[in-house]
Amino acid sequence: MATTKKPMRKPSSQLGIDKTDVRRARTLARQVGKPIVDLAQRHTTVSVERATLRLAGLGGADPDGTPWVNRLADAVRADVGLEHGVSLPVWDALLRGEGDDLLTLAQKAAAGSVTFRVPEGKDATRATAASRKAVAAGIKQIDRQRTAREKMVAKVGDAPSKPWIYLIVATGDIHEDIPQAQAAAREGADVIAVIRSTGQSLLDFVPEGATREGFAGTYATQENFRLMRAALDETSRELGRYVRLTNYASGLCMPEIATLAGLERLDMMLNDSMYGILFRDINPIRTFVDQRFSRQIHARAGIIINTGEDNYLTTADAIEAAHTVTTSQLLNEYFAKEAGLEDWQLGLGHAFEIDPEVPDSFRLELAHAMLARELFPDAPLKWMPPTRHMTGDIFKGYLLDGFFNLVGALTGQGILLVGMMTEAVVTPWISDRDLALQNVRYVMNAAGKLHEDFRPAPDGFIANRAREVLGESIDLLEEIKADRSVPGEPPLLSAIADGTFGLMKRPADKGRGLEGVAHKAAGYYNPATEILEGDK
Amino acid sequence: MLRMNLIRPYGDTTGDGMVQLSFTLPIEHSKVAEGAAVQLANKMGMDPALVVHAKPMGEGFTFFVVYGRVNHLVDPSTVEVVERDFPLLTPKEANAAIKRSLRRRLVVVGGCIGTDAHTVGIDAILNIKGFAGEKGLEYYREIKVVNLGAQVSVPQLVEAAREEKADAVLVSQVVTQRDAHLLNTREMSAAFREAYPAAKRPLLVVGGPRFDETMAGELGVDRVFGRGTTPGEVASFIVHKLARSKEKAS
Repeated sequence: MATTKKPMRKPSSQLGIDKTDVRRARTLARQVGKPIVDLAQRHTTVSVERATLRLAGLGGADPDGTPWVNRLADAVRADVGLEHGVSLPVWDALLRGEGDDLLTLAQKAAAGSVTFRVPEGKDATRATAASRKAVAAGIKQIDRQRTAREKMVAKVGDAPSKPWIYLIVATGDIHEDIPQAQAAAREGADVIAVIRSTGQSLLDFVPEGATREGFAGTYATQENFRLMRAALDETSRELGRYVRLTNYASGLCMPEIATLAGLERLDMMLNDSMYGILFRDINPIRTFVDQRFSRQIHARAGIIINTGEDNYLTTADAIEAAHTVTTSQLLNEYFAKEAGLEDWQLGLGHAFEIDPEVPDSFRLELAHAMLARELFPDAPLKWMPPTRHMTGDIFKGYLLDGFFNLVGALTGQGILLVGMMTEAVVTPWISDRDLALQNVRYVMNAAGKLHEDFRPAPDGFIANRAREVLGESIDLLEEIKADRSVPGEPPLLSAIADGTFGLMKRPADKGRGLEGVAHKAAGYYNPATEILEGDK
Repeated sequence: MLRMNLIRPYGDTTGDGMVQLSFTLPIEHSKVAEGAAVQLANKMGMDPALVVHAKPMGEGFTFFVVYGRVNHLVDPSTVEVVERDFPLLTPKEANAAIKRSLRRRLVVVGGCIGTDAHTVGIDAILNIKGFAGEKGLEYYREIKVVNLGAQVSVPQLVEAAREEKADAVLVSQVVTQRDAHLLNTREMSAAFREAYPAAKRPLLVVGGPRFDETMAGELGVDRVFGRGTTPGEVASFIVHKLARSKEKAS
């Protein structure tokens, strides 16, 4: 793999890390990841198929709010199964004159007046060509949006410095979110993330239209994406710097949400390879298949992914579990590169979550963050603030956030999620955000270049700890690679079933969304995958 | 004697009544804005009130920090709280009490209901890892824990409770937007009341950082636990209640 052969930018390690260890870790990640990629290639899911229909331009929903892509994909599946993909049966029906366009066909299919078949011979060839043409139009639109982003960054200017300041809005109402996001951008945010409604990850459809109600967040919909991007374009021009927009490609509809993000020019997407399995109990195979497709879309769209390693530390001890973060980063990197993402698109996650009562907690945090920086020198890295040890003591929390910012400055983080002293108390107030940004600015202004002077002692506490965590991570990868507890399955699936990650046992034959997975038949065809894999 | 109970905030001298306060007013920073901040503090009972910090925040907003004296007295003897009305047991004592009264393992079913995906609370109580140095309920030999995790629907919860023959049902709610935690809890308790005859209903316990512990009756549950509750407290409560009802029954 190109990933393992790539030379490190810095010739020598500040942490005294042996290059052969780094190579070993990446080789193991590849060995553990490859069988999962093979597995993903052998399967498709309802959401991958629906994403393909979305690329071909099918949107909207029936009067009950069920998207037409769901209605059409369900109708096809009822007639001929999912294992051939929906593209051939759908475009075969269009060529047979069952509908003038996809929407009409979906409406007729929903009414039960279309019978689908898997075309053969010349019919199959014609359906293949027609579907490829339709889906190519959607991918073209994604390409256009990528170009539009590049042009706009060139014209209005980029974020003035690194790390990019990442702020969250979450009101549940897109029309409330918009002024809040614009205000946050004016206050200094380089990246706006619109938190999703907590229920969305388990919905097997993407809601339609502009939404005004959500729980602890706003639904990810195409229209909400469009409205927010348009508002931030306006603010970007006003401020003279491009303000990036983030959402979540996770849960049961990951491929569709990734597609909508590409079509509506979102700039970053939360997209972790195992988060849905471990924390949402989504079926492992469903997740890996959906992951791969969504990452191929992100690669094409020039979207930066943010992985979710911070989550491991919110449930497990941040010292004991430090190596699981490194392991997950290595796996996320492998899966991302395999799907076509480049280093600059890998916002690998990590977090400042060690109990502040632990002696040397700051040195440990610094060691972990420096390790991530050294292992992934060209990735932006996403640095997540303390949450677990933020109590109602906002004064102490403000200090903790300052130390978090200092680690961020010392380790050249690409994306810094701004910590709020009122974490665990209220959703941030206008004053909380302002104070939090003052904290970031003070630290960056006072110590932003400290990394030029700072070198950990070669055999000191920090360097030793970093090497220890890398060693434990290699051991864990070895252990996963050797896992044969479920015969015939990729070792990583066995390891996930055992509870290797975060103590949560997730067998490959359980979990939500399993019924939406199908083993591909010999004649399976998906024009989106063909285009995404073919013409890079 | 009674007056001994009356207290005032303490800055650096007994009885000085000093408090600090911060807030934002939707007004551009100016002398008028600072005067408005003093006026608010006065109306809140701070007199004299001193604006020690005023800073523009965003367009049309000013943030203030105000120090001042309040004249109010508070009387702790009239404060109503839910005091722990059960003995705190160690895991060993809890296990022994379960063996003695139930003669089988006690079954606890737990989860986050509704759209709430925050399992931090339920995991802190149930996972072996525990919370605040105390091991979670999974650590108790005589307790069988079924953790359903996040986003469990109320019917799923009732179903699981029936299937597992649960003695107690634990529900954690973190998300409080639009009072989701209260609505969900009422829905849950109503569903259990409907599904079980009163005498057979499992013990219903809810917890979360924003719950008011005095609301158990109103929410139709047996107990509400607020922020900072440890697994040991929850285990002790369940054991106390179940052992006592068992004694009553026999």
